[in-house]
Amino acid sequence: MSELLEYSGDEMMTVAASRALADGTVCFVGIGLPSAAANLARLTHAPNVVLIYESGTIETKPDILPLSIGDGELSETALTTVSVPEMFRYWLQGGRVQVGFLGAAQLDKYANINTTVIGDYDAPKVRLPGGGGAPEIATHSGEVFITLRHSKRGFVEKLDFITSAGGQPGGDNKKRCGGKGPTKIITDLCIMEPDSQTKEFIVTSMHRGVERQQIIDNTGWGVRFAEEVTTTPEPSAHELEVLRDLHRRTKEAHAGEA
Amino acid sequence: MAKVTSLENAIRDNVNDGDIIAMEGFTHLIPFAAGHEIIRQGKRDLTLIRMTPDVIYDQLIGAGCARKLIFSWGGNPGVGSLHRLRDAVEKGWPQALELEEHSHAAMANAYEAGAAGLPCAVIKAYANTDYPKVTKTIVPMECPFTGEALVAIPSIRPDVAVIHAQKATTKGDVLIEGILGVQKEAVLAAKRAIVTVEEIVDDLGDVHPNACILPSWVVSAVAEVPRGAFPSYAHGYYSRDNKYYQDWDNIARDRDSFQAWIDENIMQSATGDAS
Repeated sequence: MSELLEYSGDEMMTVAASRALADGTVCFVGIGLPSAAANLARLTHAPNVVLIYESGTIETKPDILPLSIGDGELSETALTTVSVPEMFRYWLQGGRVQVGFLGAAQLDKYANINTTVIGDYDAPKVRLPGGGGAPEIATHSGEVFITLRHSKRGFVEKLDFITSAGGQPGGDNKKRCGGKGPTKIITDLCIMEPDSQTKEFIVTSMHRGVERQQIIDNTGWGVRFAEEVTTTPEPSAHELEVLRDLHRRTKEAHAGEA
Repeated sequence: MAKVTSLENAIRDNVNDGDIIAMEGFTHLIPFAAGHEIIRQGKRDLTLIRMTPDVIYDQLIGAGCARKLIFSWGGNPGVGSLHRLRDAVEKGWPQALELEEHSHAAMANAYEAGAAGLPCAVIKAYANTDYPKVTKTIVPMECPFTGEALVAIPSIRPDVAVIHAQKATTKGDVLIEGILGVQKEAVLAAKRAIVTVEEIVDDLGDVHPNACILPSWVVSAVAEVPRGAFPSYAHGYYSRDNKYYQDWDNIARDRDSFQAWIDENIMQSATGDAS
């Protein structure tokens, strides 16, 4: 650990997200930021983490990060590849997944996620791609981690559409859905966790060098801070090296495919 | 028994205006060449079903083939939006597009129910989401034995399913390898099925006893179309052309550049040569 290490906010976010995954965890991985974090975990502190992607690949160990959820790399490095109906029925709905790892375009203070529309559903201002696997990943996984960059556009007071459900104020997620729902939001500024009473996500850890005002300015609701806010441990030299290698390999491989 | 024929004949014989059509392939083995032939033959008023309507459905929608879309994720994987899909939904161009929107879990279950001859699929899904407000075919129900909260959705039973696979025999037995998606379920759920393949062989050879094989007698037509999944990939044959997907973003952003692309690359190009 060295205070002299230089790293970006994105790198801090990915490292913090990767550390949230304990070794041996069975994790259903979303594409993009969650995929980078999950594979960083596998290549550093959690060699036995089990990564599952919705294309049906189980215990996959990609050498490079996939661009899409169904890249050949995922199947070639998997223990086994099952059909998509089997993936959603037996493995996700059947309760085999401990952590669902999602990205998000937009979320609210309860970690409800919108990836469907901006504006009215029938006459949308912007039609977004939709939910894909997320609605059931959010409810059937034991718990859910969400990782995205902190911005006012992403952290909003009210969503136009709830694509996948977060915590319910005063509700019991486990009874309702089978899983606990979202338990961590990891951004490039901080880590947020739900208040045990209100279920609202509050800041529990800030990354080094981040000011409270930055988080307030980049959150679309009146964000609250825990009574005791810790400082997120910085990335180690090893973590940064492995992450940068992964991104470099990925870039080289994808450039060669065109 | 499958008829081994040309792509042109396979589409002409099996796809009619107004059909409900499912073209599947989960990132892998997407039947692009067959989709292009549907555009070339000017099919209209189709109800298009696909879990991940990506670039191929953007092309079909922009070309005016579709009346309705049943789907669960509509984007350009790894790139962003589908501009033709958005233009149809947001502006009604080239015509309005009715949406029936589900999640992946629901779609996959609905295909499986269709293959199993069931009228509906029963799933644990959509808890505390807004889907049931906008998709009228999501119906809450209780388990008759335990009282558990469930939902029912109609099974998917298309008029025709279209998929791409690695190999078929001269008899029409089809082998699919790698990421399998929902292709087997889509074929077994449909009244008719068209399969394009990388190559037609005399014998599938030494395949694993549990390999994914669709027997000739569940397939209507097989056509040999090498690189028929391009720009997606075919496990064991070629990899995904990521640059095509990135370039598509610019082509599809503008109606004129889109139409010019369709004219040049599909309408004026021979069957099976649309890549």
